[in-house]
Amino acid sequence: MAALVLADHDGVQLYPATRNAITAARQMSDTVHVLVCGDACASVADETSSIDGVAKVLLAQAASLKELLAENVAPLLVELASDYAYIVAPATSNGKNVLPRAAALLDVSQISEISAVISADTFERPIYAGNANAIVRSGDAKKVITVRATKFVPARSGASNAPVHEIAWNGDAGVSAFIGNRVSAGDRPDLTTAAVVISGGRGMGSKEAFGLLDSLAQGMNAAVGASRAAVDAGFAPSDTQVGQTGKVVAPGLYVAVGISGAIQHLAGMKDSKMIVAINKDAEAPIFQVADIGLVGDLFEAVPELTAALAHAR
Amino acid sequence: MKVLVAVKRVVDFNVNIRVKSDHTGVDIANVKMSINPFDEVAVEAAVRLKEAGSATEVVAVSIGPDKASETLRGALAVGADRAIHVQTDVQTEPLAVAKLLRAVIERETPSLVLLGKQAIDDDCNQTGQMLAGLLGWSQGTSASALVMSDGKLRITREVDAGTQELELVLPAIATVDLRLNEPRHASLPNIMKAKKKPLDVITPDALGVDVAPRMTILEVRPPLQRQAGKKVATVGELAAHMKLATEAH
Repeated sequence: MAALVLADHDGVQLYPATRNAITAARQMSDTVHVLVCGDACASVADETSSIDGVAKVLLAQAASLKELLAENVAPLLVELASDYAYIVAPATSNGKNVLPRAAALLDVSQISEISAVISADTFERPIYAGNANAIVRSGDAKKVITVRATKFVPARSGASNAPVHEIAWNGDAGVSAFIGNRVSAGDRPDLTTAAVVISGGRGMGSKEAFGLLDSLAQGMNAAVGASRAAVDAGFAPSDTQVGQTGKVVAPGLYVAVGISGAIQHLAGMKDSKMIVAINKDAEAPIFQVADIGLVGDLFEAVPELTAALAHAR
Repeated sequence: MKVLVAVKRVVDFNVNIRVKSDHTGVDIANVKMSINPFDEVAVEAAVRLKEAGSATEVVAVSIGPDKASETLRGALAVGADRAIHVQTDVQTEPLAVAKLLRAVIERETPSLVLLGKQAIDDDCNQTGQMLAGLLGWSQGTSASALVMSDGKLRITREVDAGTQELELVLPAIATVDLRLNEPRHASLPNIMKAKKKPLDVITPDALGVDVAPRMTILEVRPPLQRQAGKKVATVGELAAHMKLATEAH
């Protein structure tokens, strides 16, 4: 039976993690449909229809579906669920918000943030901040699953042109209202999909010092992340937090600056291809996972590194 | 308004856990256990609502083995009024926990239920959303601010791109993020007083809830270990390695 992927988007563009979820869904079922819902999101449905492996796009547009409020999206998923064996979403803030509500309405357990599809009913998922991987078999007839994006390659747009089916839907639970979004301003690449991530920790000492990382990131087209300590201290916005309860990243290059390397931070970045650490404490746990480490003062090393990399180009 | 807060006893966040050598699970015998850090924030939020006059009573609930009562005593010591322990040795999945909480909520009829956004052991991030779905209540997840106004709950959520503000009709379910508050420590006199506060113990059977797991854990494996890296002495060497790494793409 088919798999239905709930698309995550901002009304204009598909969020990239949806593509990783589509790849995971294709490992569960030969037939993958994608549900695009919102108040005005036809452009997202068009974008989705060109993705390889998507057989059909379902488009539901209604005022009540604006901002994917869980109270209004979950009943729509339940309504559609009878045709699907798998209900899948990327483990983004929207996916994590909506999917468990739908699972409960379907009376099934949800399998959160899978890192691999082992078979039709068996999946791998990290537990204990990624310090163990559990292989779990679901006994539920319907599988409700969120997908950890960094563990699956993104499905690409190709020559395909899947049909877009409009669904009439006007359900509104009427128990919650969207007031507004405050989006962090930034012209750097998206943290979760960037090829290079440069993160700062408590060792940065101030919000101003993060400017050093911005300069380095600028030259490398990198995203800037942060540890929880740096966010709590007000050095960086909370949506830049990398870790167990922040964002999970796996770039080609991760540069940890002034980050000690707590378990909770490592959970969000230890799948990076290369990890570089700059820290003045030679005993910092971050050096146990770093491929390349430099013990030194970041306030000297980072500007020097920025200059060296600029010179190399 | 009555506030219910759900807490879970988990392996302390500072413990480096080990996978058992037979790969049947994680070895949690003799390791330090604590309240789930997110639940600690939820308890603090409930107590602050009471201190602000918004809440009249704070009831803490935990589901788990005998020792979960210690976690509840901790919640009582920082200001919860009474506690309910749903005692079971079954490894309950979030769906079962949500059903047990629904049964408790039907008895207690709170206006607001607070939970942590996720437990640091199973890392599921499901229970609050499932509970809201089962009850048909509004939900606000990953809250970094909660304000009661005109009988509604204004909630600020931590989302991928920044923050989002919602208005929820009560009764509501809110799950909290670490950024919501700084939990207080219990004072010794309050720890002593907490021993005299009411703590009811009930069973899943008494609540009429089937807690049988839907999933089977076939195996628990340690993650792949990274190869030991090397330290370089100069920024020049570091730059050369980084240049190679970025050119590899």
